[in-house]
Amino acid sequence: MHEWSLAEAVVETAIDFAKKKQLTKLTKIKIRVGELQQIEEDIFRYALSEILKLKGDFVKDTEIEIEEEEVVLKCRICGHVWTGKEIFNILGEDDKEAIHFLPEVAHTYTKCPSCGSTDFEIIKGRGLYIDSITGDKS
Amino acid sequence: MIDPRKNIIKERLESIKRIVAVSGGKGGIGKSIISTLTALILKDDGKNVGLLDMDFTSPSTHIILGQEKLPFPKEEKGIIPLNIDGLSYLSIVSYTQDNPTPLRGEDITNAILELFAITRWGNLDYLILDLPPGIGDVLLELLVLTRKIEFLLVTTPSSLSWQTFIKVVRLLKEQNIPIIGALLNMVNSSTYGFEEKIISSGVRYLGKLDFYRDLERYIGKPDEIMDTAMVKELKDILEDVL
Repeated sequence: MHEWSLAEAVVETAIDFAKKKQLTKLTKIKIRVGELQQIEEDIFRYALSEILKLKGDFVKDTEIEIEEEEVVLKCRICGHVWTGKEIFNILGEDDKEAIHFLPEVAHTYTKCPSCGSTDFEIIKGRGLYIDSITGDKS
Repeated sequence: MIDPRKNIIKERLESIKRIVAVSGGKGGIGKSIISTLTALILKDDGKNVGLLDMDFTSPSTHIILGQEKLPFPKEEKGIIPLNIDGLSYLSIVSYTQDNPTPLRGEDITNAILELFAITRWGNLDYLILDLPPGIGDVLLELLVLTRKIEFLLVTTPSSLSWQTFIKVVRLLKEQNIPIIGALLNMVNSSTYGFEEKIISSGVRYLGKLDFYRDLERYIGKPDEIMDTAMVKELKDILEDVL
């Protein structure tokens, strides 16, 4: 479960940020996950809660909000735009698994449904971002 | 908005003593073979060695190692590199197999970021990075993500590869990135003057490797290639610097 390593990255980043801002308590982390990451939300949430438990009172009761951003692709050849459902519904389990590990290999397994090109732009829905970090100051 | 993956990379690389990127700019100068052989030589010397193929669109180190296909690496709080011939090994081929992987700039930078953020290399004496040709996305992104890196440069005795080599040297020097030195590869009797050129560029000249006409027959046979004169020459060259 590589969700664990991404969860570690989120917690470390949020704590660093909170310390720089001299927060005394981290109350909420809002995370945006691109659909292309194919993250298992239950595992990701579990990993976040387990890692937070190791970080002491500073992050006790920290709320986690996760928003998934739909993936939207645009063909660079014909301009066709398509979305995650059209991508993942036709992929085999191994192909999905490969994208789960390394989202950019979508270029290997996905083609423009209109013209067949693999040269497409990922308009949105990839990567992992912290949208906001909220906390208390003393 | 913060991308948290960047923040964890320092920790992921913490247990690696030396990260050595093999570069030289031009394609076809032997970077992949030198990366792979360097990793195998260090491993045979008893070191813990990782090899990461960073040529995402044209990977080839797996072919040198005799692996036509690669399985998915294991997942354990991240991904654990494969064990290939005693090397901790990672290549995009695990995820793409023999399919074309047409990646543009932003895709490449994201792929590097993801791999560096989720890979658990463990304790390594060396991580060898096989870089693709060019002063492009891979080289530039690598310098953004870590400065715990040193370069082993390769060039051939050709004015064509020299032009790119010297640009790589300038780029690295301008950013104060350590250069271990430069190897002159594919040397034959009709080429001369490049040793002096390397020295005059201010880069340590490490030595030369002859042009091995029968190298192709050892591709895919890592055990046999380790008995060749080429590997003996490379061992001698690397002895003082790695």
